[in-house]
Amino acid sequence: MQLIRSHILVCAGTGCHASKSDEVIESLNKWLIEEKMDKEAKVIKTGCFGLCALGPIVVVYPEGAFYSHVKPSDAEVIVKEHIVKGRLVTRLLHDDHKPTGEVAASLSDTDFYRSQLRIALRNCGIINPESIDEYIAFEGYSALAKALTEQKPEEIIDIILKSGLRGRGGAGFPTGRKWQFAAGAPGDVKYVVCNADEGDPGAFMDRSVLEGDPHSLLEAMTIAGYAVGANQGYIYIRAEYPIAVERLQIAIQQSKEYGFLGDNIFGTGFKFDLEIRLGAGAFVCGEETALLTSIEGNRGEPRPRPPFPAVKGLFGKPTLLSNVESYANVPWILQNGWEAFDKIGTATSKGTKIFALGGKITNTGLVEVPMGTTLRTVVEEIGGGCPGGKAFKAAQTGGPSGGCIPASLIDTPIDYESLTAIGSMMGSGGLIVMDEDNCMVDIARYFLDFTVDESCGKCTPCRIGTKRMCQILDKITEGNGTMEDIELLEDLCKHIAKNSLCALGQTAPNPVLSTLRYFRDEYEAHVREKKCPAGICKHLLTYTINDKCIGCTACARVCPAEAISGKVKEKHVIDPAKCIKCNACMDKCKFSAIEKG
Amino acid sequence: MPNTKTAVPFSSTPEQMKALDAVIAKHKGQAGATMPVLQEAQEIFGYLPEEVQLIVAEGLGLSLSEVYGVVSFYTQFSVNPKGQKQIAVCMGTACYVKGAKEILEKIEKIVGCKAGGITPDGMFSIDATRCIGACGLAPVITIDGDVYGRLELDQIDGILAKYMK
Repeated sequence: MQLIRSHILVCAGTGCHASKSDEVIESLNKWLIEEKMDKEAKVIKTGCFGLCALGPIVVVYPEGAFYSHVKPSDAEVIVKEHIVKGRLVTRLLHDDHKPTGEVAASLSDTDFYRSQLRIALRNCGIINPESIDEYIAFEGYSALAKALTEQKPEEIIDIILKSGLRGRGGAGFPTGRKWQFAAGAPGDVKYVVCNADEGDPGAFMDRSVLEGDPHSLLEAMTIAGYAVGANQGYIYIRAEYPIAVERLQIAIQQSKEYGFLGDNIFGTGFKFDLEIRLGAGAFVCGEETALLTSIEGNRGEPRPRPPFPAVKGLFGKPTLLSNVESYANVPWILQNGWEAFDKIGTATSKGTKIFALGGKITNTGLVEVPMGTTLRTVVEEIGGGCPGGKAFKAAQTGGPSGGCIPASLIDTPIDYESLTAIGSMMGSGGLIVMDEDNCMVDIARYFLDFTVDESCGKCTPCRIGTKRMCQILDKITEGNGTMEDIELLEDLCKHIAKNSLCALGQTAPNPVLSTLRYFRDEYEAHVREKKCPAGICKHLLTYTINDKCIGCTACARVCPAEAISGKVKEKHVIDPAKCIKCNACMDKCKFSAIEKG
Repeated sequence: MPNTKTAVPFSSTPEQMKALDAVIAKHKGQAGATMPVLQEAQEIFGYLPEEVQLIVAEGLGLSLSEVYGVVSFYTQFSVNPKGQKQIAVCMGTACYVKGAKEILEKIEKIVGCKAGGITPDGMFSIDATRCIGACGLAPVITIDGDVYGRLELDQIDGILAKYMK
């Protein structure tokens, strides 16, 4: 028998893949052969570790040594020092920037991991997502085996109900109730569908589960099929996630070969098949009825509810529809019992939630924390705060449907009810951090611009209302806004939220409403003083040259509008009437002599 | 929308046409076949001109307007040809708050076409894309699948120069 004494885990998630982790793997393998260690150490490509900012990430077990920013050229030293001689490569160990100067030798030592609890991400960064055997070794498919051979569908639904699991896609509807409805709906043909159309900009929770642990989704969907009485499932996934699609295809193939999908699963006679359907870049298809319409091959337009998909869904049949993260919790709950899940989280929000931390934060990446963890823990402790010593200004959750949480509310616990109460929402889990340099009016305009583009056009409040809101925001950021515009904006928000057909329109005003609620002074500064306090809105900026100017003429030469004049070795001046605010001079100046504000 | 009909005439090879027929035959009769067929057709031709849409419509027993309705609804379907070199600037929130807009403007200026467009010589096309999920590397652009992350404005000239030879 071959004894592998060292496992070298290399992250192959999208973030690390983009930082060339595939070349790191290749190089590690090359050096293992070179040093004749390939029988004793094995390179394993895994899903996302979560710390995307530090990628590519390599973890060597049994020591658990955590190497960050690993380049293909570092493979040599990792193999020669760590694998051959058993010495840690200190240079590559992750520096947690502790005041003591010590570096974290292992993954669990870092501030980033300490407050996390991984349920949906339990296998991500641990197993090879392209190996069904590794998933099985981590108790994979045991929940399915037990469900099919020992449990009745009602028992499974009861466990999911009691666990308190709520939909992780945004709205937070109790998952067990959905299963109940779908199971109770009359009809011989039913479907189980997974919403993997993760369209929120800045969100990549589902992608990481799909890339890191695709079998957990397949297992959960098969269990769901058994529980509600469906024999066919569909996974609707964004085409923008090629790695996730590929790993899902591999997983489905392996699962079929092992008899976990197909005609006679575990010899019980239960039949279940899965098909992948690719999205084509339409945000609205994340809405459940639009998603089903899209699978049917049509324009992805939503339809009114009721009837809910559980009664009349895909191809007019009862359909159970949940998102990736919700499904990923299911095998864990069935393995560990609903009581274990119920113990985690708050009174009404059970379990954990994955967040994609992005924007102005030191540790961009993926985190999974118990419900009820405060925003402060996530941003400051796990995320490491804003880089460059900048002040934390706001966090945006819920993407284009959510809102901004200001720094003053940083101690808010993250659960469904608390976030809704302060005008944001849980959403699918995107969490974008903004610092003092971000303009909140501009952020609101960004999201409205997104909604206008992504509105399907079926209902008037959303199609025309969001367009009008965006025009008003444009007007304000260009310095032409009036105080009446702000009132009109609020008025429009109310009507659009109330009268739109689907969640896209109903929640589209949230970014504006929440920024108006917490950053009204910024709107008023744009309108009254014609100033953008953060220095983002171009039309409201003026560029000036300060006394640091040495008269090198670089700015005058680069200016496309010939707005800068001055003699060599003398301070230059910018003509505001000619300046087109292209920032070219500021980019060019080596003496920090150009200021904007 | 820049997704209007271009002046570039459609041309195809017999192999491409054969591949399209095979795709239609494979999916015909399958529930909800329109999107998979269009996705595979776009892989064959690089885009979906009217000529291709018509063949798909006839092949699946649909009207051209039904097919066009689907094509025009989804941003990934393009009725315009793409440049030989495709530049994609991620405009997800994480990239946006880290200055993706300025990066896009700079690329547009250097390359000489707007987002959604193609240069007159067909060399470059620029797309402002939705979040590609590489938020850890924000701001991110991709050129022909090569990923450039954690970008600063002054790196853009150097990166583009590599593709302009």
